[in-house]
Amino acid sequence: MSANAKDLRHPLKRARGLGAAQYGVGHWWTQRTTAVALVLLGIWFVVLVLGLLHGDYATARAAVARPWNAVLLVALLISMFWHAVLGLQVVIEDYVHTRWKELTLLVVIKFIAVLCVLAGTLAVLRIALGA
Amino acid sequence: MAQTQRPLSPHLQIYKWQVQMVTSILHRATGIALAVGTLIVVWGLVALAAGEDAFNQFKVCAGSPIGIILLIGWTWSFFFHLCNGVRHLVQDAGAGYTIVQFVRSSWASVIVSLLLTLIVWGYVLSAGGAA
Repeated sequence: MSANAKDLRHPLKRARGLGAAQYGVGHWWTQRTTAVALVLLGIWFVVLVLGLLHGDYATARAAVARPWNAVLLVALLISMFWHAVLGLQVVIEDYVHTRWKELTLLVVIKFIAVLCVLAGTLAVLRIALGA
Repeated sequence: MAQTQRPLSPHLQIYKWQVQMVTSILHRATGIALAVGTLIVVWGLVALAAGEDAFNQFKVCAGSPIGIILLIGWTWSFFFHLCNGVRHLVQDAGAGYTIVQFVRSSWASVIVSLLLTLIVWGYVLSAGGAA
């Protein structure tokens, strides 16, 4: 990109690279980063659940209480809900054309996601710490 | 959507159906389905932390006919979104952009996700029922 005489943007604006919406490519990158995390964590989770299918309550609790499983479950919760919010955000922005409904939905999905991550993480911690 | 007098771009029914369109639409649809499915993961973890009665209740719901139908749907949604997501990550890296590769990888997402769903549920049902 050469210094174009017709480019009326301030050079600082271009240097920051945040574009008109002020987010730049942050959304895109976070969606891809959480996607890569979820490829690994998702497969691990399916294998974990399949292994617990015929175990009883105590076996399931003991599995979640194992330190690495507890850590990976919390990682799964965070990346899963983060990725879901980013995806739903795009869907809402594409299809909801009334501004107040769009904004309300965007805020509501974030509230639900944060509450779910907190509730899920507290559950994992209660089991892992033996409460 | 304020202005309705401007010309509209062609909509879905104008185009001949191609597998790349189907996988693109399914990626979004399965993403929305999985966003709802995240709530089941949280429910399971919270029930596991709450005690044996709550967890048994969760297992009864998950193992009911409606529960199993939903779980099969979520399993396929998960595997499709996983396979097609990996396909998109490869494309994001700049590979697989010829038309032939595009069509072939679309079919691969569909077929591999169905196979993985069959394998998982074959295992679940042959090992003596869900949950």
